Amino acid sequence: MLTSLPHLGTEEAQTGRVVRFSDYQIEMAHGAGGMASRRLVEGLFAPLFGGTLLTPLTDAATLEIGGMRLAMTADGFVVRPLEFPGGSIGELAVNGTVNDLAVSGARPIGLLTTFVIEAGLPGAVLERTTRAVADAARRADVPILGGDTKVVEHGKADGLYITTSGLGVVDARVSLSAASVRPGDVILLSGPIGDHGITVLLARGDVDLDASLRSDTRSVWPMVKRLIAAAADGLRWMRDPTRGGVATSLNELARDASVGVVIFEDRVPMRAPVRGACELLGLDPLHIANEGQFLAVVSSERAESALAALRSVPGGEEAAIIGEIRDSPAKTLLCLAPYGTARLVDMLVGDPLPRIC
Amino acid sequence: MRFVDEFRDPELIRSTAEEIARLVEPGRTYRLMEVCGGHTHAIYRFALADLLPASIELIHGPGCPVCVLPMGRVDDALSLTTRPDVILTTFGDVMRVPGCHGSPLEHRARGADIRMVYSPLDALRLAIENPEREVVFFAIGFETTAPSTALTLRQARARNVTNLSVFCNHVTIVPAIRAILDSPDMRLDGFIGPGHVSTVIGGRPYVFVAREFGKPLVVAGFEPLDLLQSIVMILRQLRDGRAEIENQYDRVVPWEGNGPALTAIADVFELRPYFEWRGLGFISQSALRIRDAYAAWDAERRFAMPGVRVTDPKAAQCGEVLKGVLKPSQCKLFGRECTPERPIGALMVSSEGACAAHYSYARRQDAVAAS
Repeated sequence: MLTSLPHLGTEEAQTGRVVRFSDYQIEMAHGAGGMASRRLVEGLFAPLFGGTLLTPLTDAATLEIGGMRLAMTADGFVVRPLEFPGGSIGELAVNGTVNDLAVSGARPIGLLTTFVIEAGLPGAVLERTTRAVADAARRADVPILGGDTKVVEHGKADGLYITTSGLGVVDARVSLSAASVRPGDVILLSGPIGDHGITVLLARGDVDLDASLRSDTRSVWPMVKRLIAAAADGLRWMRDPTRGGVATSLNELARDASVGVVIFEDRVPMRAPVRGACELLGLDPLHIANEGQFLAVVSSERAESALAALRSVPGGEEAAIIGEIRDSPAKTLLCLAPYGTARLVDMLVGDPLPRIC
Repeated sequence: MRFVDEFRDPELIRSTAEEIARLVEPGRTYRLMEVCGGHTHAIYRFALADLLPASIELIHGPGCPVCVLPMGRVDDALSLTTRPDVILTTFGDVMRVPGCHGSPLEHRARGADIRMVYSPLDALRLAIENPEREVVFFAIGFETTAPSTALTLRQARARNVTNLSVFCNHVTIVPAIRAILDSPDMRLDGFIGPGHVSTVIGGRPYVFVAREFGKPLVVAGFEPLDLLQSIVMILRQLRDGRAEIENQYDRVVPWEGNGPALTAIADVFELRPYFEWRGLGFISQSALRIRDAYAAWDAERRFAMPGVRVTDPKAAQCGEVLKGVLKPSQCKLFGRECTPERPIGALMVSSEGACAAHYSYARRQDAVAAS
């Protein structure tokens, strides 16, 4: 995730107001993608790095060079365990960055990867991970142009951290922004939610649950490409709901666009094992991380053709229209149940913790 | 999904909501307390208030284990982590509960070895895998979780695992219900009785609610239809002038409770003479402690704990809210200094807590009202 920051000088220089980050210390929640993360980025990084708080935070920065719109992004990957059903940190490191570019409407054209390796990591694990990176890049059809390697002392890292930077060319047909989102637009979701988050949770082995689940890690660019062609100027906004899940992405949309976002609980695709694990552990699937899905807002006229386009891509068969944009209640995500109730769904607060007692 | 979808059937929910509307007498208000935090969470999660007439007010009860735990007990548990050999284990529910100097999660971020477990058996496993460490399980919960702690201690003794101990904070629900009924400022018309607790203790222990206090109590499940049906059952009792203990959750709750679970509790635990509840004060015979036979596994006897009583932050009115005297939004800190992200009181921490539930719900009401 990176912020889109126009070079207007820092907020401090512009306003004379000194930026203060008042959180006492960094907690895990600051990295969990919810409210604390947003406070960190909006309250510290964005103002000091030269953005303004009026600039919506997006998945990739865009810049124009010689008439060509480029998208740039960087993403850090820390995951425990390093390998899990359906993937590893290697696939995540490629697909995560590719997807940040894709949901910015950009065709990925090159990646740089940096490995921070903990001394003592078995060579075989590093080989498997490197292969995973290479294979994922091949599948996503994007070259790895270079990178860096650092080794830190044993005990100073969780085996392996990877950061990946990506460069993409923004499709000339798209113009994405939360500001262009209008009441009446519809919300599309590319497929079932929660597979990645629940797979990793179970792979940690702390919960004695077995489920036939695999991480959904994949490049969403093939779907996005088809969507851009089908929805054209009706495509308003996209986001990949990783940490913090669908609820956090849609809350950000509601705030950035000052609209009401309404989703219909029974239209959100979800596999039975994900639903079962969430019911058992007291987790909200809307807060669970995904690594191979994206959300898109499309004008109502283009809704059906956009949905058909998504469903025509292999792996997009379960795409669905899950909700709509309304003018009120503004800045709010409401989830409507089929039995006639509406609940407000907030951004994720901290890490999702299971309820037992 | 079986046992879930049939209890969220839109048609049945609609017809049950209509029945509730028919049962409500004009001009009469109904104050019903859902005792259990799991019910508070379900009511909020399913937004059930949308389906109820305005004359039915649901009061959130004391059945949220982390909410009623005094802050001093959290500090006692956290004090153990200053010993380098200690691994403190507890449920996810506790991880965000504030002590005087931060929550377990914050202590962990500062380097304390605190691990989240899903069952006390995980703590036992940790103890076996780490024989050089002292593993302490910070046990909380009502009769729902007490049996699993008891069974774990039985196993620890049978397998002679000596580096495991339990910091016991198990409480019992019945004295808390009695304390609320005894409270002079409490006007309640009936109770939605605990679901999970009742799977262990059954229905019989609630008989005094009807006999001595003349209030109906209906043990209920956690799905939307369960809760709505239990409200129908309470309203029918009120309409007929009856006060009985009824069991809506009979697919799981046997009237006599769960014999082996009760035996395990009785084998390992005994009642404390008194225990402090946040907001409700000291309640006699309301909590469990570890019997002498298991003294070797009792963290309170094994380690020196400060045992300091900590008063809640002055402005926080958790106590009044816990007793149902104040609504969460009437607390001076509600939604301002105290939010789910930066909780001051425990009721704002747990998604079972009245304040956290009300925070989301009330904000939704504001949102909907503005629309």
